[in-house]
Amino acid sequence: MQKITQKMLIDKAVSLLDNGTVTKVLGWMEGQFKYDVSPFVFKSKEALEKGFVFNHFCGANVSKYLVKETKKDEGKILVFLKPCDTYSFSQLVTENRIKKENVYVVGIPCDGMMDISKVKEISGDGIIDIEFKDDKINVKTLYDGDKEINANDALLERCSNCKSKKCVYYDELMGENGEVSDSNRFDEVEKLEKMSEEERFNFWQNELSRCIRCNACRDVCPACTCEKCVFDNPKSGVENKAIADSFEEKMFHIIRAFHVAGRCTDCGECSRVCPQNIPLHLLNRKFIKDINSFYGDYQAGEEIGNRAPLVDYTLDDIEPNEGVMKGDEEDA
Amino acid sequence: MRKCELTSLDKVFEKISSLSSLYLPVHQKNGAEFKKWEKGVKMSDALNTNRSAKDFFFPQAENLMEFKTEGKNIEVIDTRKENEDFVLFGVKACDVKSFEILDRVFLVDPVDTFYKARREKGVIISLACNRPSETCFCSSFGIDASNPEGDISSWMDDTNIYFKANTEKGEKLLSSLSDVTKECDDSSADNQKQKIKEILNKLPLKDLDLSEFGKDKTEKFFDAPQWKELSDTCLGCGTCTFVCPTCQCYDIKDFKTNDGVIRFRCWDSCMYSDFTKMAHGNSRLTQLERFRQRFMHKLVYYPTNNDGLFSCVGCGRCLSKCPISMNIVKVMKALGGKQDARQ
Amino acid sequence: MQINNENEYKPLIVAFCCNWCSYAGADLAGNNRLAYPENVKIIKVPCSCRVNPMFILRAFQRGADGVILCGCHPGDCHYTSGNYFTRRRMTLLFSMLNFLGIEKERTRVEWVSAAEGAKFAATMNEFTEAVAKLGPNKRLEDLRCKK
Repeated sequence: MQKITQKMLIDKAVSLLDNGTVTKVLGWMEGQFKYDVSPFVFKSKEALEKGFVFNHFCGANVSKYLVKETKKDEGKILVFLKPCDTYSFSQLVTENRIKKENVYVVGIPCDGMMDISKVKEISGDGIIDIEFKDDKINVKTLYDGDKEINANDALLERCSNCKSKKCVYYDELMGENGEVSDSNRFDEVEKLEKMSEEERFNFWQNELSRCIRCNACRDVCPACTCEKCVFDNPKSGVENKAIADSFEEKMFHIIRAFHVAGRCTDCGECSRVCPQNIPLHLLNRKFIKDINSFYGDYQAGEEIGNRAPLVDYTLDDIEPNEGVMKGDEEDA
Repeated sequence: MRKCELTSLDKVFEKISSLSSLYLPVHQKNGAEFKKWEKGVKMSDALNTNRSAKDFFFPQAENLMEFKTEGKNIEVIDTRKENEDFVLFGVKACDVKSFEILDRVFLVDPVDTFYKARREKGVIISLACNRPSETCFCSSFGIDASNPEGDISSWMDDTNIYFKANTEKGEKLLSSLSDVTKECDDSSADNQKQKIKEILNKLPLKDLDLSEFGKDKTEKFFDAPQWKELSDTCLGCGTCTFVCPTCQCYDIKDFKTNDGVIRFRCWDSCMYSDFTKMAHGNSRLTQLERFRQRFMHKLVYYPTNNDGLFSCVGCGRCLSKCPISMNIVKVMKALGGKQDARQ
Repeated sequence: MQINNENEYKPLIVAFCCNWCSYAGADLAGNNRLAYPENVKIIKVPCSCRVNPMFILRAFQRGADGVILCGCHPGDCHYTSGNYFTRRRMTLLFSMLNFLGIEKERTRVEWVSAAEGAKFAATMNEFTEAVAKLGPNKRLEDLRCKK
């Protein structure tokens, strides 16, 4: 596969800016430590050449920003989307949240993005520099010297269980398109399903009790695009800002996951951003797994215009009381 | 100064916890958190806890009072309880400094009695940072991680831990530890201090330029063009404010129970869309204004009201936790004229 | 949860009933003097698909020990397809609640027509009994509501 470099992306962006196809570019801006890149809208060639960066830490899914950017009357925007980002993109187009005609999508292949906290587990703290090679990084640290780390050893959770390397939507593709991959992404869910009710309860009680209700999982989620979230709306009767009782942490996370059920593309941003490292993706994956087993395989965002399973039905759907029992039979 | 061998540190913990509750950073599956010490609990060697130590004095949610209704009568119930005595061990220099910043908010007139009660009951044992991270920038705010403040300061080298009491509360606690610690020379920890100082000098963010910020700079920065670019991709989540040791905004809310009302307060974030919402609507309509508020508060408004003291301690939590890696250091560099954020 | 004079535990059940079938079914049960536990509290909704997952969670928050949702039989919905959506939603929600460790016996969906007064009473009796076996709801309770 052709390796995509930062320079290729900058050249592409500059040429599209120059020939007037687009007026701005959504990408990643370099930070102070090489791993702390921020999503950024570049508006000029100079800005691109100065700050545009593409490396092993560009994990942020930028598709949600297009909801905001395409509403502005500023002309077309160029965006570089990794395969999993294209799923979110086409789901958002399906839901009429993005004006497709205002976007120029360049699909880029991706071999998985790295997780800085996993890197630090290997290299130790005090990272002063990182050198990038194809599938490796060389980390210079204050305390433990230099360490060479394979990208595959410190991938983000969602990348180590990559569901697809295929760009499902693009105006232009750089490199070759990949394939939908066989992943083990439901293994963790299955492990939990096999536990007893009490074990599961204790597991989630322990995980969710760490929640600080920063709402990062909600705010980063490309499927969460309500103008006013029910949890922010004083008139909803359930508005809350902090976990004042353990019930509220469960309610928030059940409703958050339920609200994106059938629309969640499993991009894994919720778990990536959680400051308390709660495995929120497991809730979403439970819904995806259930939908697949109850209503047939469904991948949100696979195709623009797909009908989400929760706004659809068949006459002989499984009954709720049977659905919840189904897990038991599988155990036996 | 008193010392104790690391191998018998558990005896110190045991002694302290026999006097009052002892909380210290404990390694959890996903990073260190302050937990109550019991026999067998080991102190984490992580640099700092995920959540800051402010939780002990200013918890995320706390009940203020309750109301019960019976017919036409409303009964107001004071739900304050006597706070327990507690000791916080292993607080880092940055978090210790954050208490001074919180004190200037909660202990000035009108005094916040909930906060004050906890402050009086808590004894803080700080610990010098042996392995600061690249995200640390406490030295920019004049904090010396090799010489932390607190009721008792402590230093750890490969074999010993050294304690020095700084306040009356600290003296009292340290003297009660006399049978598990030994008297030692005041210069015993100097070696370790020196080592830490050398490391601090190598940190990439050690000398941020703060001269542009501080008192009475509101006009200079309020309409700065940089805010737009900086805040453009901010998600508006509250991660930075909730992990921050110095953020102190809260909201007071009522929860209707089955037969009454509980009035409680909980942390709020200036990043949220309903922060500052009043009867007429919201005065900060866009994320730009909310984003600007947070950083102006830390770098300009707070110093203006508090003799130039910045309300940031450089603990670096927001640097490592922000979902999009936008943080106060990038803001300072962009506003301070150093557009090229890269070292 | 309610404790009566003999200190016998009786679970509090919230039953969401659709206006067109199940509520009429409950009415019929009453007219025919069929007994079902007095701790079943009925909330009438226009259609079973009016029930937002949040309603179910809030019922638990406010003290319910079991929540049952009754609607028209599939195919009989007054609004043609409401209960088909209910069926999918509740299948996923109940499965998720169970995934979080909430006892699966605490939640149920039953289709009860306006003519099925006897089924309504029997369902409530059976459901109440099943929940009573589990005891009070501890896993989805809000302690502030339990004083």
